[in-house]
Amino acid sequence: MTAQTATAESTGFNWKEWVFTTDHKRIGVLYLIGSMAAFVVAGIMALLIRIEQSTLGPTIIDDPAQYNVWLYFHGAAMILAFLIPGLTGFAANYFLPLMIGAKDVAFPRINAFSIWLFYAAIILALLTFIIPDAPDIMWTGYPPYSVTSPGNTAFYVFTVHLLGFSSILGAVNFLVTVIYMRAPGMGWNQLNVFVWTTVAAFGIQLVFIPVLASAVTMLLFDKYLGTHFFDAAAGGDVLLYQNLFWFYSHPAVYVIFLPAVGILFEVFASMGKNQVFNYKACIYGGIIGICVITGEVWVHHLYVAGMPDWLRIGQMVTTLLISVPVGLIVLSMWGTLWRASITYNVAMLYAASCLFLVLLGGLTGIPLALTAVTIHLSETSFVHAHFHFIMALFSAFALFSGIYYWFPKMTGRSADSPLAVFSFWANTIGVNVTFWPLFIVGVEGMPRRYWDYEMFPQFEPYHQVATVGAFIIAIGMATTIINWINAAIRGPKVGENPWKSKSLEWTHCPSPPGPGNFPEDVVVADDWTPYDYNKK
Amino acid sequence: MTLLRTFIASLVGIVSAGAAWAEEGGYPNPAPGWDHLWNEILIDITVIGVIFGVAAIYMLFKFKAKSPDDVGSAKKLSKAQAIAWVLIPSAIFMADDFFLAAKGWDLWNVYRNPPKDAMEVKVTAYQWYWEFTYENGVTAEELVVPAGKPVVLRMTSEDVIHSFYIPKYRVKEDVMPGRVTFVWFLPEEGMAIATCTEFCGQAHANMPVEVTGVKQAEYDAWMTEMKASAALEASTNKS
Repeated sequence: MTAQTATAESTGFNWKEWVFTTDHKRIGVLYLIGSMAAFVVAGIMALLIRIEQSTLGPTIIDDPAQYNVWLYFHGAAMILAFLIPGLTGFAANYFLPLMIGAKDVAFPRINAFSIWLFYAAIILALLTFIIPDAPDIMWTGYPPYSVTSPGNTAFYVFTVHLLGFSSILGAVNFLVTVIYMRAPGMGWNQLNVFVWTTVAAFGIQLVFIPVLASAVTMLLFDKYLGTHFFDAAAGGDVLLYQNLFWFYSHPAVYVIFLPAVGILFEVFASMGKNQVFNYKACIYGGIIGICVITGEVWVHHLYVAGMPDWLRIGQMVTTLLISVPVGLIVLSMWGTLWRASITYNVAMLYAASCLFLVLLGGLTGIPLALTAVTIHLSETSFVHAHFHFIMALFSAFALFSGIYYWFPKMTGRSADSPLAVFSFWANTIGVNVTFWPLFIVGVEGMPRRYWDYEMFPQFEPYHQVATVGAFIIAIGMATTIINWINAAIRGPKVGENPWKSKSLEWTHCPSPPGPGNFPEDVVVADDWTPYDYNKK
Repeated sequence: MTLLRTFIASLVGIVSAGAAWAEEGGYPNPAPGWDHLWNEILIDITVIGVIFGVAAIYMLFKFKAKSPDDVGSAKKLSKAQAIAWVLIPSAIFMADDFFLAAKGWDLWNVYRNPPKDAMEVKVTAYQWYWEFTYENGVTAEELVVPAGKPVVLRMTSEDVIHSFYIPKYRVKEDVMPGRVTFVWFLPEEGMAIATCTEFCGQAHANMPVEVTGVKQAEYDAWMTEMKASAALEASTNKS
C-alpha cells in the first residue's frame, strides 16, 4: 500500500477510524480538538472573571462561591487540559515521529489509551458545571481549605490522577520512541530542537508527576477517609502539600515552556532558512540545564509561606540561576534570526511576537526570584500578569504559531488568510491591553483571586481596561478558530513543502501523511541536519 | 583603565546608596528599602529587555527575504566561538544574578531581623476576620499602633491558611494553623489597609482590616479605653 492511496481524504470520514485509532497523527488531532475545547470553556471562564472584576462590588453575580468555581476551572483547565495536552499531546504526537523518521510511536495502543484517559479527564472536569458542589479550591488546591471546603475536591483529585496517568504513559512512550525509533543514521546532535524539548518535557513529567499524584491523593484521604496528613491539630503539616505540589508544578512550567520554545525554533529556522545558532549550547546548556535546575527552585512559590530562611535564600540563588540556561536558549533563538532570510506569514507573526512575550514574562520573573521583593509582590496581580505572559501567552502563541506552521502538513491546505492576520493582531493587542494594567495594580497591592476589591477603589479603571483587553482576545480567538475550521475544509491547497523546510516531516512525507507516514523508509546522512539551509 | 575605574566606582556608588534608606529614627525600615530595590531591579530588567527587544526588532526587519529562494547566510560557529558564546553570556548572567541576590539578601536581613525593642502583637486569623491580641491581653478587631515604633506581628490561624498583607508597608507572610509566622514594620502616622492574600474561601476578598499608626499619647488613650471596655464586658458577663 502506498501512502498516497491511504490519506485521510481518500477514505472519507468514518467515526470508528477515529475512536479506535492507534495512529499517532489521528491521536494528535484528537488531542488538538480536546485541548482547544478545554481552551474555549476555560476562556469563557476568563471572560466571566474579567466582567466580574470590571466594577467594584457585585457585577454579574453576588455569590463569591460562583466566582471561585470559575477561577478554579480557568486555572486547572488552561494548564492541565489545554497547555500541557496541546503542546505535549497534540504537537509531540503528530510531529515528533515524523521529525525522527519513525512510522509511529513505540507503543501505539498505549498511545490510544492515553488519549482516552485524557478525554475522560476532560469530561470529569466539565462535570464541574453540573454537580451542585463544584470544586472551588483553585488549581493549586491548598489544604486545609481544600479539605474543609464544601466543594467536591474529589473531582479535582481524580482529574489530576487521570491526566497524570495519561502523561506518564505518554512520557514512557515518547522517550522509548526517540531512543529506539530514530531513522538509521540520525544521531542525537541531528535531532530537531522540538524533539529535544519534547524529550526534556516528558523526562520532567516522568520524574515529577508521581509527586503531584501523591500530594492530591493525600488530599483525598484527608477529606474523605479521615486521615490527617495536612491537619496541624492532629500532628499533620499544612505546608507538606505545598512543598509536594510545587515540587511538581514548578517543573510543569517547563513542561509547557520547553515544547513551546521547540516549536519556535522550527518556525524561525524554516521561515528564516537559517541554521539554529549554537545548537549544542541550546540543547546541552539550555534545555538540559533547565531539567537539572528545575527540581531545586520550588520554594520560590513558598517565599511567604513561612519556610526556613536558609531554604528561602538558597532557592533564591537557584531560582536566579535559571537565567543562565534560559539565557542560552534565548541567545540561540535570537541568533537563529541573525542573517536569516525571513519570509513572513501567520506562523512567523506569532513566533515573532513570542520574542517579546518571553522577554516580558521572563524579565518580570527576576524581581519575583528575590525573596525580599516577593514579600510584597507575591499573590498580587503582578504575579498573575507575570505567569500569564511567560506560561499562558508565550506558550499559547507558540502553539498557535505551530498550528499555522504545520497546518499544510495536517490538511494539505494553508490556513493563512486575511482573517488569520486580523485574528493575530487582535490577540496580540488584546493580551497587552489585558495584562499590562494588572502589572501596575499588582505593584500597588491588588491581591489575586478577589471577586471584589472595595478596599481599593483606585484600581477600578485598570480592571476595566483589562476587561476590554479580554474581549479583544475573545474576538481574536473566535476568528482564529473559525479560520482554522474554514481552512481545514476549503482553504487553498498547497504543495507538500510550502515553506521549503529541510525538516523530515516536510521533505519526506506527503501532506497529510498516510498510515506509516513515509512512502519510503527514511535514512539520513551523517552530515544531515534538519536545518542545513546554508551549509558552508 | 579609566573606564574600568569609573565602572567600579559606579557599582560601589549603587551599593552604598543602598544603605541610605536603612536608618529612620534609629530603626531600619524595610518599606523604603523595598522601593529602592524595586527601582534598581526595574532599571536592570528594563536595560536587558530593551537590548534584546531592539535586537529582535532590528533582525525582524533587517533580515526579511529579498526573494522566496533566498536562504540565510549565518556562518557555522567555530568550536572556540561556540564555547565563548556559552561562557561569556553565562558569566554576565551570573554576575547580574549574584549582584541582585546580594542586594536582595541585604534587604531580606532587614525584613527578618526585627529590632529588639519592637512591640509584639499576636494575630489570629479566622474565616473571615482577624483578631489582634496586645501584650497586655487586650484584644481588638483592628490594629492600632504607635507611629515610629517597630511592630512585630506573631501570626497563626485557627482554620485554613490566610496571608496577612499590608501593601503600604510592603510586608506579607502566610498565616497558618499549627505554625507561628511573623512580619514586622515601622508604622507611620495614618491609616493603611491590610488584606488577606491566600485564598481562604467564600469571603477571601472581604477581610480587609485597618492598620492605624497614631501618636504615642493617642495610642495610650486608645489602649486605656480598650482596657476599660474589656473590663466592662468581663463584668457584664459575670453578672
